[in-house]
Amino acid sequence: MTQALFLIFGATAIASALTAVTRQNPVASAIWLVVMFFSLAGGYVVLEAYFVAAVQILVYAGAIMVLFLFVIMLLDLRSEYLEHEGKPKLPVLGVFASVLFLVVAGIALFQAIDAGTFSGTVADLDGSAGAIGGAIFGKWLLAFEVTSILLLGAILGAVILTKRRLT
Amino acid sequence: MMDLLTIVPAAFLASIWDWFALAEDGSVTFGWALGRLLLLLLIVHIILILSALMVWAERRVSAWMQDRLGPNRVGPEGLLQPLADLGKFMFKEDVIPKHVNKWMYTLAPAITVVPAMIMFAVIPYTGTVDEEGVATSWQIANLDIGALYVLAVAGLGVYGITLGGWASNSKYSLLGGVRASAQMISYELSLGLAIVPVILMTGSLNLGDMVNWQSQNGWLILTQPLAFFVFLTSSYAETNRLPFDMPESETELVAGYHTEYSSMKFALFFMAEYTAMAVGAALAVTLFLGGWTFFGLEKIHWTVGVLIFSVKVLFFMFAFIWVRWTIPRFRYDQLMRLGWAIFLPLMLVNIMMTAGALALGWSWLLWILPVALLGTAFFVAWLGWKRDEDRYQPLPTSPPAGGEA
Repeated sequence: MTQALFLIFGATAIASALTAVTRQNPVASAIWLVVMFFSLAGGYVVLEAYFVAAVQILVYAGAIMVLFLFVIMLLDLRSEYLEHEGKPKLPVLGVFASVLFLVVAGIALFQAIDAGTFSGTVADLDGSAGAIGGAIFGKWLLAFEVTSILLLGAILGAVILTKRRLT
Repeated sequence: MMDLLTIVPAAFLASIWDWFALAEDGSVTFGWALGRLLLLLLIVHIILILSALMVWAERRVSAWMQDRLGPNRVGPEGLLQPLADLGKFMFKEDVIPKHVNKWMYTLAPAITVVPAMIMFAVIPYTGTVDEEGVATSWQIANLDIGALYVLAVAGLGVYGITLGGWASNSKYSLLGGVRASAQMISYELSLGLAIVPVILMTGSLNLGDMVNWQSQNGWLILTQPLAFFVFLTSSYAETNRLPFDMPESETELVAGYHTEYSSMKFALFFMAEYTAMAVGAALAVTLFLGGWTFFGLEKIHWTVGVLIFSVKVLFFMFAFIWVRWTIPRFRYDQLMRLGWAIFLPLMLVNIMMTAGALALGWSWLLWILPVALLGTAFFVAWLGWKRDEDRYQPLPTSPPAGGEA
């Protein structure tokens, strides 16, 4: 039962992710991405990581994608425009980023298999809010802080890009 | 003979009760699953009937506040008016305009109403209290991350409204949808931050544990009045109720995001609003006002708990109507300023101070600081109001026509 549910959620996630990147209409893309987030959250629930599932919905589906939709709706993209301008701008950069991501994901996957954490559910590692809090603010505190600095850099970059004059 | 009359029905009831219980080793039985399903159906119908009655109440109360009569023809005191409204909604032609995005246009009302309804799954409506005063809450789903679930689901209702506005392909609808997404994102933040002190103090994300903590240590509205105020205000903004009904705003946007909707699709938007109101009221009661407990009165029987909970929720739903017909609509920039420049920093300070007081073990601080913060907040609000008042210059009155001659 659990296995079947996990497979269903996984298949839905992959299918909706593919649909999201192939849509012409950006609003449709955004909605399919939301479907993907939900299937991912469903996968987390099957793995008994309820906290991660709730945060997945709360942050990605509830906040980030709403902002995306907001921006897309304000852009008023016409389909004629998309046909002409919708081509990838920097294909080399895209390929580079994809390869980099695959390498990092592959290393993480193999390390997890080596460490033996890949088998078994998250419940074995205790997926409760307390356990996750302990891991983030204990063992992985440095990584957590570095990530927050990265996000801060992104925010500053966005502000500088949108300001015409910095006075 | 007497024994037969009392014992047999009691045993019969007990056997039915047992049939709906979990198996002794805690595993799921068919009866348990069926019982859950029946409970779910019951609660969904209560919500539906309640939201229908709320429409009646809204019209009657607003009429009462404006010294009118309101709908009083259909049934006693007009109580059957919702039924008549329903009939009208059902038999109206379901118009789908030609210029809309059909898929999204049809989906949007459903996306709006579902999150509002499934939030009820984690709200404890009653429970039992044992000798030591430890309460066990009853709800459809006892989630350990109940508070997070509520926040996550609350953020989803905005999709329906935004998509409905966009798919309608009309400028008023789009403006309503854009306003809705900006407003709900802004107030979700203060809504979430207002719940954080509750989580800090009760030490749990489970809504049932929060009720239990409050029945033992006092209601959280006493120690967190500011968080309560911000939570309530933000829930008004999240449900798009006056004074924050910018997404609809009849005077500017015709009807905002549901301008192009008719028949039952429009009714679904309407239902979502009233269901969200009920959820907001139930959450305020559960988080800050002790849920289904009332100074030990709930110990009598679990049905009394239901009654206490209902009375509290109904009061807050009345407050929703009360506020709507009392306070005028905010301007959009005022709305954004209130959310980002006042509520957000205020709630952050509140969280820091609550966390500090808890970490240092200064329980007296927990009592004094929130009250002081609330006082400061009202003082600052008063200063702002006074400044606006001082700035106000009455328009020069034009001289009466023909006065020169």
